[in-house]
Amino acid sequence: MTTRRFFVAFAIAAILLAGVVSYFAAGSPDGLNRVAEDHGLASAEKEHPTDGSPLADYGTKGVDNGALSGAVAGVLGVGIVLVVAGGLAFVVRRRRPSSA
Amino acid sequence: MHVPDGFLDAQTSLATGVVAAGAVAVALRGARRELDDRTAPMAGLVAAFVFAAQMLNFPVAVGTSGHLLGGTLAAVLVGPYTAVLCISVVLLVQSLMFADGGVTALGTNVTLMALVGVVVGWLVFRLVQAVLPRTVASVTPAAAIGAFVSVPAAALGFVGLYLVGGTVDLPTGALTVSMLGWHTLIGIGEAVITALTVGAVSAVRPDLVHGARHVLEARELVVRDGIEEQA
Repeated sequence: MTTRRFFVAFAIAAILLAGVVSYFAAGSPDGLNRVAEDHGLASAEKEHPTDGSPLADYGTKGVDNGALSGAVAGVLGVGIVLVVAGGLAFVVRRRRPSSA
Repeated sequence: MHVPDGFLDAQTSLATGVVAAGAVAVALRGARRELDDRTAPMAGLVAAFVFAAQMLNFPVAVGTSGHLLGGTLAAVLVGPYTAVLCISVVLLVQSLMFADGGVTALGTNVTLMALVGVVVGWLVFRLVQAVLPRTVASVTPAAAIGAFVSVPAAALGFVGLYLVGGTVDLPTGALTVSMLGWHTLIGIGEAVITALTVGAVSAVRPDLVHGARHVLEARELVVRDGIEEQA
């Protein structure tokens, strides 16, 4: 598999997971939240400062359809993380003058 | 395992913030040795993949779920220093844009998932790899075991921080038992997802798996040429 084709396949896998498979994710609290509920710690949780942001809680503000709202938020998140982490890696990387 | 604001007091959150900043600074220096023109895009893709996989909560019992932490997966694919950066970026984006994981708790979450998760997962991976035959086939099981151990390790990290700066008085024993119990179960899911992902990449492009690099280097150079020419 060429490097380019591999990278495209990897990106498509991430987009499908965030955009489609995420719809089927379990809605129950995760391990830490379950422990917090069981031990009466959950009430200590403060309201999140970015609760009102357009992508808060993996939904897209203004998109009423629940599945679509989650899919758009997930795919946007994949794109944002790809750009930020990929950009950081590009800045940090060793430069090899010989390579294209 | 995203810690929200309010579970830990301000001093502890500040202290973990300092630890997290130090970890990122060290990772920025170390990642330079791991990243080149070919592996830099891989780092972006691995971070994006971890973000996506973290959305996929899987049930571990009635009323409880878990999701991938991704530290071991990232460390095996792109190297431990780069993995710290990848997971930190995921946590930063989740906290600031998706309201997932507190903002004052960002240092705590980076410490637990990007530092403890990556370091423990990577060390266990290397340890298991040293015991198994020096082949590409050993990379996936070693990654799975590293991933499995990394989740209860991060959970124990939370318990430790909670003992220092928890905001509600909780019985230490009960907190430890329930954190370890749930996160051992979640660790099985972590191991499965890590094995599937590392296994898939190893099958098609073992040369892009950081944890397989020294195994490949020990082999004949002809093999690497073969991979390039097949493509």
